[in-house]
Amino acid sequence: MNSIKQQLMNLFKKQSDLTTILLFAAGVLTMPIWLDPIGANYPDLLQKFVIFGIFAVGYNILFGLTGYLSFGHAVFLGVGSYTAVWSFKLFTMNVLPAMLFATLISGLIAAAIGFVSMRRSGIYFSILTLAFAQMFYNLAYSVLIPITNGETGLQLRMHDIRIIDNYFSDPAPGLPSTELFGMSMNGYSGFYFCAVVLILAFYVAMKIFRSPFGMKLKAIKSNQHRMRYTGSDTRPYLITAFIISGMFAGLAGALLAVTDPLAGAERMQWTASGEVILMTILGGVGTLFGPLLGVGIIKYLENIFSTINESVLQQFFSFLPQWGENFMVAIVSPFVGDGWHLTLGILFMIIIIFLPGGLMEGFQKIKKRYLTKGVKDSESTTKQE
Amino acid sequence: MSKPVLKISNVNKSFGGLQALRDINLEIEKGKVHAIIGPNGAGKSTLLNVCVGLLKPDSGSVTFNGGINVIGKSPHEINQMGLARVFQTPEIFPDLSLLENVMIPAFSKRDGAFHLQLFRSLASETKITQEAKEVLASVGMEAKADEIAGSLSRGDKRRLELAMCLIQHPDLLLLDEPTAGMARHDTNKTIELLKKIKEGGMTKIIIEHDMHVVFSVADTISVLAQGAIIATGTPDEIRGNPIVQEAYLGGAEL
Repeated sequence: MNSIKQQLMNLFKKQSDLTTILLFAAGVLTMPIWLDPIGANYPDLLQKFVIFGIFAVGYNILFGLTGYLSFGHAVFLGVGSYTAVWSFKLFTMNVLPAMLFATLISGLIAAAIGFVSMRRSGIYFSILTLAFAQMFYNLAYSVLIPITNGETGLQLRMHDIRIIDNYFSDPAPGLPSTELFGMSMNGYSGFYFCAVVLILAFYVAMKIFRSPFGMKLKAIKSNQHRMRYTGSDTRPYLITAFIISGMFAGLAGALLAVTDPLAGAERMQWTASGEVILMTILGGVGTLFGPLLGVGIIKYLENIFSTINESVLQQFFSFLPQWGENFMVAIVSPFVGDGWHLTLGILFMIIIIFLPGGLMEGFQKIKKRYLTKGVKDSESTTKQE
Repeated sequence: MSKPVLKISNVNKSFGGLQALRDINLEIEKGKVHAIIGPNGAGKSTLLNVCVGLLKPDSGSVTFNGGINVIGKSPHEINQMGLARVFQTPEIFPDLSLLENVMIPAFSKRDGAFHLQLFRSLASETKITQEAKEVLASVGMEAKADEIAGSLSRGDKRRLELAMCLIQHPDLLLLDEPTAGMARHDTNKTIELLKKIKEGGMTKIIIEHDMHVVFSVADTISVLAQGAIIATGTPDEIRGNPIVQEAYLGGAEL
């Protein structure tokens, strides 16, 4: 009994690449099961969980490892979506080319923005990225309308050329839908596809976290001055991290278009960049799982909490006497429905004040307490023997 | 005489009206520990910053390893040439473990200024991990390898910083007041460590206030006063030099 516990703990401590990714894959693929009891098991929301998971995991490679706070990552989300929809319009409804193009083009734009922004650090870097983001956002509504279709957003049309698809078969009547070699990307199949992409993306991020490259990024975050005097040119490392996280964001943007083939500029607004920062901090900056946790909480609040209205609350508190029910509904209602931002804000403040390392810090503390207790227990038993 | 590792020729530097360095000529011999001493404001730190290319002198040249120009090079280029530096306040990676602190310079040495290896596993870096452990052991810190460096005492941070430089096997190690702000006990430990490194034959420049440290470890001493070198010689020569006693030590017996 004790040895099994010991083995489990060893497995937990070692966290080899394989165990981590297997546990992670199992957790992601069974989401429809374990999210069912809390009412989050519907394809739309599940897709959002995993897609924004990719966004946050990538963002964490920049913010978590190097400490550079970008306010402009929504640009890559938007660029990814636009590129994917253009790939659907011009070439094929197959999602793979769309994802490939989206990742590459976001990478290119990230290289340009990163090259300029990384000339500065700290608050100046953040402001530069914010300036770029706002520039792209406004261009999408003005100069770039031929590419973005302005406020209407970029959509599929009947007469799109779709060179590759139309070469092999005559266009079917009606708007086509996105597919992967015949498999439709709607509903649960869309979720499972995005989930597989998230698992791959997570694997890549994990490899980066556990490579000399990742360690060098952490060193840059810890003391860039020392890093330079240690013989490393920090700028190319930082730009590389920026490009990688931009590519992750582009991939996430492409998946947004895969599950719902239209792209609008509101995806590039600075609030979207702010959201991914919130997610990362809430879950735990610089940890592998933290950002995903943050995504889960924010998307859950946004989609489930915001639908709770007074009648739902009245039902919930119906076991109370009438005056108690009214009282509780009056108190709770500002925090749900349209007021879900209030809950998020309070949660965010509590975490920042008590757990600056995010929820993962809380888990680490619990784990540490449990593990040290376990070790003490086993020590005392060996002494008795 | 073997070729000098570092050669400083006719270096002048002034800040506004203040001439910080006057016509400095210095040759640092291979395998020697060269100490630079002088009262506050003598120009010691300025000289050191010129040596590492951080400050551009008004005139003169600084060359490394037989003719490589140092002036105007960025910090990582200087380090890649083989010149490592210990700072007055220890500069380490406070958020990383001691082992990681020592592994990073080893990576920089092996990989150069920039090298992309996104998917190489840290677990497969057995050689550098082993090397880092040995270097940590050589400064007596192997027991703390997994601790976070930021929580170390100042003396321990200094030893860690030395370990970070040692793992790179630099051709020249610059130490800027390695015992500044240290308790006596830590100072003695650092002297022991410096003596131990000296046996390894690494060339070093030490800038130091503490005469006890200087006379314990230096082979050659240069005395700087008001931006000029007034004497260079062995510890015994410097001790007996009347000009030095007059200018720096105020006539006091050493």
